[in-house]
Amino acid sequence: MKKVLLSSIIVIIGITFLGRLSYLQVFSSPADKWWKDDPAIKAIYDYPERGYIYDRNGKLLVGNDPAYDVMVIPREVKPLDTLEFCKLLGVDREKFIKSLRKARIYSPRLPSVFVPQLSKQDYARLQEKMRHYKGFYIQKRSLRYYDTNSAANVLGYISEVNERDLSKNPEYTQGELTGRTGVEKVYEDTLRGRKGVQYIQKDRFNRDIGRYKDGSLDLEPVQGKEIHITIDKVLQEYGEKLMHGKWGGIVAIEPASGEILSMISGPTYDPSLLVGRKRSANYSKLHYDSISRPTFDRAILAESSPGSPFKTLNALIALQEGAITPNTNIQCYNGFYVGRTKRGCHCGGGLRNMNVGIYKSCNAYFAGTFRKIYERFETTDDAHDVWEKHMKSFGLGNYLGSDLHTGRKGRIPTKEYYDKWYGDNRWSSSYIISNSIGQGEIAVTPIQLANMTAAIANRGHYFTPHLLKKVEGKDITFPDFVKPKHTTIDKHHFEPVVQGMAEVYRRGTARGVQIPDIEIAGKTGTVENFTIIDSVKTQLTDHSVFVAFAPVDKPKIAIAVYIENGYYGARYAGHIASLMIEKYLKGTITRKDLEKRMLERTLLHEYAKPYSGEEFRINEYNWSPRPTPKPEILPR
Amino acid sequence: MSGRSVLKRIDWLSVLFYVLLVTIGWLNIYSSTFTDADPSIFNFSTLHGKQLFFFGASIVTIIVIMALEASFFERFSSLLYIVSVVLLLGLFFFGKTIAGATSWYSLGFFNLQPSELAKVGTALALAKYLSDIQTDIKRRKDQLYAFLIILIPPFLIVPQPDPGSALIFFALIFVIFREGLPLYYLAIGFLAVLVFVTTLMFGTLWVGFTIVLLLVLFFLLKKKRFKLPIVPLITFAVVTILFSLSVNFVFNSVFEQRHRDRFSLWLRLEKDPAKLEQIRKTIGYNTYQSEKAIESGGFFGKGFLEGTRTKGDFVPEQHTDYIFSTVGEEWGFIGTATVVILFTLMLLRLVHLAERQKNNFSRMYGYGVISILLFHYFINIGMVIGVLPTIGIPLPFFSYGGSGLLFFSILLFVFLKLDTNRLKEGI
Repeated sequence: MKKVLLSSIIVIIGITFLGRLSYLQVFSSPADKWWKDDPAIKAIYDYPERGYIYDRNGKLLVGNDPAYDVMVIPREVKPLDTLEFCKLLGVDREKFIKSLRKARIYSPRLPSVFVPQLSKQDYARLQEKMRHYKGFYIQKRSLRYYDTNSAANVLGYISEVNERDLSKNPEYTQGELTGRTGVEKVYEDTLRGRKGVQYIQKDRFNRDIGRYKDGSLDLEPVQGKEIHITIDKVLQEYGEKLMHGKWGGIVAIEPASGEILSMISGPTYDPSLLVGRKRSANYSKLHYDSISRPTFDRAILAESSPGSPFKTLNALIALQEGAITPNTNIQCYNGFYVGRTKRGCHCGGGLRNMNVGIYKSCNAYFAGTFRKIYERFETTDDAHDVWEKHMKSFGLGNYLGSDLHTGRKGRIPTKEYYDKWYGDNRWSSSYIISNSIGQGEIAVTPIQLANMTAAIANRGHYFTPHLLKKVEGKDITFPDFVKPKHTTIDKHHFEPVVQGMAEVYRRGTARGVQIPDIEIAGKTGTVENFTIIDSVKTQLTDHSVFVAFAPVDKPKIAIAVYIENGYYGARYAGHIASLMIEKYLKGTITRKDLEKRMLERTLLHEYAKPYSGEEFRINEYNWSPRPTPKPEILPR
Repeated sequence: MSGRSVLKRIDWLSVLFYVLLVTIGWLNIYSSTFTDADPSIFNFSTLHGKQLFFFGASIVTIIVIMALEASFFERFSSLLYIVSVVLLLGLFFFGKTIAGATSWYSLGFFNLQPSELAKVGTALALAKYLSDIQTDIKRRKDQLYAFLIILIPPFLIVPQPDPGSALIFFALIFVIFREGLPLYYLAIGFLAVLVFVTTLMFGTLWVGFTIVLLLVLFFLLKKKRFKLPIVPLITFAVVTILFSLSVNFVFNSVFEQRHRDRFSLWLRLEKDPAKLEQIRKTIGYNTYQSEKAIESGGFFGKGFLEGTRTKGDFVPEQHTDYIFSTVGEEWGFIGTATVVILFTLMLLRLVHLAERQKNNFSRMYGYGVISILLFHYFINIGMVIGVLPTIGIPLPFFSYGGSGLLFFSILLFVFLKLDTNRLKEGI
C-alpha cells in the first residue's frame, strides 16, 4: 500500500492533467483561422474602392465620393487647447465633451467617430493641424456618389452589413457596406472587390510589435470592378420626368438583345437620399409611405391585369392553333353574348377581321377568337393546357430569370386554378372569357409586358431582359442573357398581328400619339380596376396601358407603359410611350405641347379620390382643372 | 570509488529525462523572451542566455556531486540544514527584495534563493533523522520531531512573504508516511479538503444531507454480524458537519476578499458574467490568459517562435511560473502531453529507484526528492491549466531562474549519486 501510494498519485495527476489539456486543446480549441479572434493579432483592413456604374453609353451613373471622419482614440488623447480645437472642428465645447465621453464609454482603446463626414474644405484645413492633437486622426472613407437623380430602383442602395450578413458570409466584417437592392445587390461581388488585410502582432498593451508571420498571411486589396449597365441614362431620366405625379411603371427593352433601356417606377426618389448620415431616416420616410410606396418598384413588382395588349397574344395563339385565319370574320353587336348576358364593346360594331379587331380593339372579335381556340380541342382542359403553354412561352406567369434583385411571377391561370374555383369539368371558355381581353385572372408586371412586346417585335423570340452590359469594359457572355428564347408561335403568324398593331398607330385607338417620321406598332389597353373602400368594392378610374415597338420593321425599342388610373390607353400611357420612343430614336422631341402636357399633368387628384371619404366620379374625360403643384422632394 | 564506476552505475534513464526537460524548458524560455531584434543564443544579457549559463553551471555542480563520496551527504546533512535555516534567518537582515518578496541574497552576478537550498537541506535532514536507528516513527515524540524538521523552514519563509515555496515543504510529509506514519492522517486531511471544497461549491446543507444519507445507507446495508461502532460514527458525522459549518464562517469572516476571490475563481463559484469578466481582468487575469493561450494552441500548436500570445506577452510571468503556457501555445497538445508524460515517467522512475535502495537514508531522501518535485509539478501545471488556484511556484527544470535550476539539479543528482552506491549496506 505504502509503496504504491506515491506512484498512484503520480499517475492520477498525470491522467488529470492530460484530461484537462485535451479538453482545452482538443475539444474546445478554436479550429483554423484562430487568429481572427486572437487579441494578439490585429487585422487592419484596406477597403478597395467600390466599382463605378456607367450607363450603356458610358455615362457615369454611380461613383464614389471621399468622405472624411475625425476619429478619436480616447486613451491616447493628451490635454489640449480645447477652445482652439473646437473652433477648428466647428463644434462647441459641450458637444466636444459629450462626444469624447461617448467615445470613452464605447471603448477607451478603440477608435470612434468623433465628427463624421467633413467637407473637403474642412478636411484640407484640418489635415495640416491634426497631428498636433494626439489621439485624433482623420480617416478617409468612400461614399456612393450619384451622378443622376434617377434610376434609384435600378441602382439600389448600399448599407452596413448586419448580424445576418456577417453570419452568412464570413468575407464581411463589422462596419462594411453591402448592396441592399438593385444592381448594387445583384452585382455585389463584382462591385465590392476584395478587401486587403494586414495582420499585426500586438502585445498586451495593444501596441504594434511587428507584422504577424512577416506578413505572409496578408492580402492585397483587389479593386472593385466597374460595370456598364444597359440603362440609357438620358431615357431613364426623361421617363422619370414624364412619370412625375403619376403612379405606374415604364419598361423599355432593346428587342435585339433583351437589354433594359429604362426601367421606371413612379413615384420614385432621388438615390442620393440613401447615402451617408441621413440614409436611415430617409429610408424610413420612404418605406413607411404606405400609400404611394416609393420603394415599391412597380416596374417589376406591380402585378395587374394587362388589358387589351393581351389580345395580341390570343390572336397569335388562335393563328398558331388554326382556330382562325387573319381573314376570319366575327360579328360585333356592339358587344357579345355570354349565355344570355351581353358584354359591351366600344369599337362601334360590325363585321371584324383580325386587322380591324386589333386596331379597333374589338372585344367581341377576341371573345369569339378565344372561343374558337377552345373549340379546336376535345376538352376544355386540353385547350387550356395548350393556351397556357403558349402564354408562358412569352415569359408570362413566371419569373424572367433576370438579374433584377426582385420580381414577381404574375399569373397565367392553370386549369387546376379554375378546377378549384368552379370544380373539375364544370367550366368552359365562356367562364373565363375575360381572359380573351386581358382582364379576368391574368396578371402581369410591366417588365413582363415589355418583354412580351419585345417577343412580338422580334417575331417569335426574346432575350431575357437584363441590366448588365459590360464588366470592366468587356461585353457579357452569360448564355442566359445572349441566347434567344423562342416562343411556341411560328414566325409567319406574327406578321398579320404586327400589321394590326401598326394600324393601331396609323388609324386605330392610338392614332392620336403619332410621331412624324416614325412608324410604331402598338396596342392600347384600358384596364378596369377596383378597390375596397369601407368594405365596399368600388371601381376606380381605368388604368392606362400602352405597349409598343418601333420602328415596325427593324425594332430598336419595345416599351410597356402602365399608368395607374390614367383612364383610356392612349390618354397617358400612349403619349408617354410615344415621347419615350421619340426621345430614344430621335434624341429630340418635336411635339413640344404634348411633352409639356405630359410633364405637367399629374394624376395625384385621382390617387386622392379613394382616400377623400367622399363620393367621387371615375373616368372623367376632362383633364384635371389645374396642374397640381410639385410636392416637396419626397416622394417625387 | 573511481569515476568509471559512477558513469556505469548512474541511472542514465533519469539523466535522459532530466536533460530532455531542461532542453525543452530552455527552448520555451527562448521563445517567450525572444525578440526579433536579438535572436542570438549565447548572449548572457538575455534571459535565455543566462539560463543557458546556469545549465552549464548545473552540469559542473553535478560533476562535483558525482565526484564526492556518497557518505558525504549523510554526514553533512544536519550541517546543511542548519546552514540553510541560518541563511533563511539572515534574509530578515540582508535579504534583497524582488517583486515584493525578500527571498534573495544578492551575489552580484546572480541572486541566491536560500529557500531552494533549504529544500535540499530539509530533505537530507529528514532522511537522516528518520533513518536513525533510534527513531521510531510510531512514537508521538518522534513524529513531532520529524514534523518540526519539516516546519521550521516554511515558518521562516512565510513572512518573506513566499507562501508558495513554504507550501512545498509539506510535501515531505509523504516521506514520513512512507516510513510508517498511519495513513488515516492522510485520509483525514483528504476528507477535510473534500468537505471544504464541496461546502464552498454546494453549501453546508447538501454536504450535511449527503453525510446523513451515507450514514443511513451504511446502517441499512451493513451485515448483521458486524458490531456497530455507532457512537464514533455519529460523532464523526457531527464533527464533519460542524467542520462544514465552520468552513462558511472561515470563508466569510476570516478570509480576506482576495482569498475569497481566488477560491471563487478556482471553483468557478461566480456565475454572473459581468463579475466573471471583472475577475478575468483582475485576479483571474493570469489564469485566464494562460488558459486562453494553451487553448489557442490546439492539437498541433502554432509552431516554435510562432505563439502570438507569447510574443505579445499576454501571459504575465510567462518565462517563469507560466512557462507551460508557452508549451501549450506553440507545441499544442502534442507538446503539453509530452511534457506531462515526461514528468510522470521521470517521477515513476525515481520511485522505482527509491524503492530499490538497500539503505534507508537513500530511500528516504529519494522520497523527499520525489515529493518536492511532484508538488512543484502538480501545483505549477495545475495552476497554469486552471485546475488549481494561483500559487506562484516554478516548474522544476523548466521555469526561468538560475538559482532554481541549480538547486533542482542538486536535489536530483544527490539522489542519483546515492543511487550509484545502492548496493552497499552502509555508506
